[in-house]
Amino acid sequence: MIEVLEPGPLATVQDLGRPGLAALGVGRAGAADPAALRLANRLVGNVEGAAGIEATLGGLSVRVEADVTAALAGAPCPAAVGSRPVAPYAPFHLAAGDALRLGTPSSGLRSYLAVRGGVAVPAVLGSRSTDCFAGLGHPPLRSGDRLPLGTATASPPVVDLAPQPRPAAQRVLRVLPGPRVDWLAEGSFQALCAATWRVSADADRVGIRLEGPALRRQRREELPSEGMVAGAIQASPDGRPALLLVEHPVTGGYPVLAVVIGADLAAAAQCRPGESLRFSAATGAC
Amino acid sequence: MSRLRLLPYGDRAVLAEVDDGPHALGLAAQLRSDPPFGVVDVVPGARTVLVLLDPELTSPQLVREAVAAVPLQPLQPGRGRLVEIPVRYDGPDLDEVARLAGLAGPDEVAARHAARDYVVAFCGFAPGFGYLAGGDPVLAVPRRDSPRTRVPAGALAVAGEWSAVYPRASPGGWRLLGSTRLVLFDAERDPAVLLSPGTRVRFVAEPR
Repeated sequence: MIEVLEPGPLATVQDLGRPGLAALGVGRAGAADPAALRLANRLVGNVEGAAGIEATLGGLSVRVEADVTAALAGAPCPAAVGSRPVAPYAPFHLAAGDALRLGTPSSGLRSYLAVRGGVAVPAVLGSRSTDCFAGLGHPPLRSGDRLPLGTATASPPVVDLAPQPRPAAQRVLRVLPGPRVDWLAEGSFQALCAATWRVSADADRVGIRLEGPALRRQRREELPSEGMVAGAIQASPDGRPALLLVEHPVTGGYPVLAVVIGADLAAAAQCRPGESLRFSAATGAC
Repeated sequence: MSRLRLLPYGDRAVLAEVDDGPHALGLAAQLRSDPPFGVVDVVPGARTVLVLLDPELTSPQLVREAVAAVPLQPLQPGRGRLVEIPVRYDGPDLDEVARLAGLAGPDEVAARHAARDYVVAFCGFAPGFGYLAGGDPVLAVPRRDSPRTRVPAGALAVAGEWSAVYPRASPGGWRLLGSTRLVLFDAERDPAVLLSPGTRVRFVAEPR
């Protein structure tokens, strides 16, 4: 068992989500930065899709009831077990009764705690992850929650450290044109890439509203609902773009003018309210 | 003959646009029963099919070619599974819908709504929320100016050309015609979702 002492601003159980059910209105969701969760799992010798805890802006404290190997990845947080600091991207040992506390990450938004064996809350529709938007899975964690741990199935960890590049001072996400770029005024894709955007406070696992110059639509009629993807940048009715993240609605009716490439989705999930953000046209279009 | 337009959607998806809903359902059904290599999900929309792919296994270009090779056929009406939904036409917006539609009153709204057979065109908004096509055009009323903060689970509602049943309580701007006891989404049930794309739906009026 792992006991939640403090969840911080938002902590949820996450794995790699519920792929393949979007046609039924069930989005994939899962870890907002799946690459970080996979890394944390590899570091403790879990299968990559094991469930861990996604902490938002740090602040998470947990206590373990038995000896276990753990690792942190994603947004780098100062962290300590008692008075002993622990570094991200490296496995560390927690003895029975130890409390792990995360501070506020120096950059980025979402940090992942993996424990050997994985968090074993019951799976819902094939996943243990919390989908806040759809109301599936374990509710967001609260103080006093006790989460069962699974049995380790993969071999013990062999990597001591997985160095990660420092995030760039300013995030630049590479984008490809979206399906409805022609619904916006000519030059809107270029305008998206030319502007500096600000991540608004309206940012969660569903998506991020961006502040900056308004995008103008040239087609005013209602777009028949169509499938959405994580990384899609849609023009909201007020002209502000919204960047969709993993809990995006499966279908929507706002025109998508650009899509963040897969390799930059992790960076998109680490954007923090108040930060500035730029987009650049990806080369080597598909 | 419906035309196919393949629209770019980044490096992990392709959007196929066709002329109408039945062709979107037909294309989605074919792609689902025989998915091209590397395709991980197929999501119908009102007149599109979103094809999600694993970029480590395939590429948008390969998926575009595979989708273009699928013969376009509308989903044959009457082939889908039939779900009968018992409904009490007791919704708070019946009078207003009657007025907007120019009908005599709530009874005529209910009779016209229950007279049609519907098909789930696509899902969205919430797990198990199916957009039902095939309604009486007279009942195509605009959504409310201000959404309700809470629509109860099982509420039957209309907006524009669509009908839907709210699978669970949520905010909503559609106009409420009635309610059903049928549970449309239950994650613990198999199948969890009753109204999947292509499913036919018939509303069976219960006494108010």
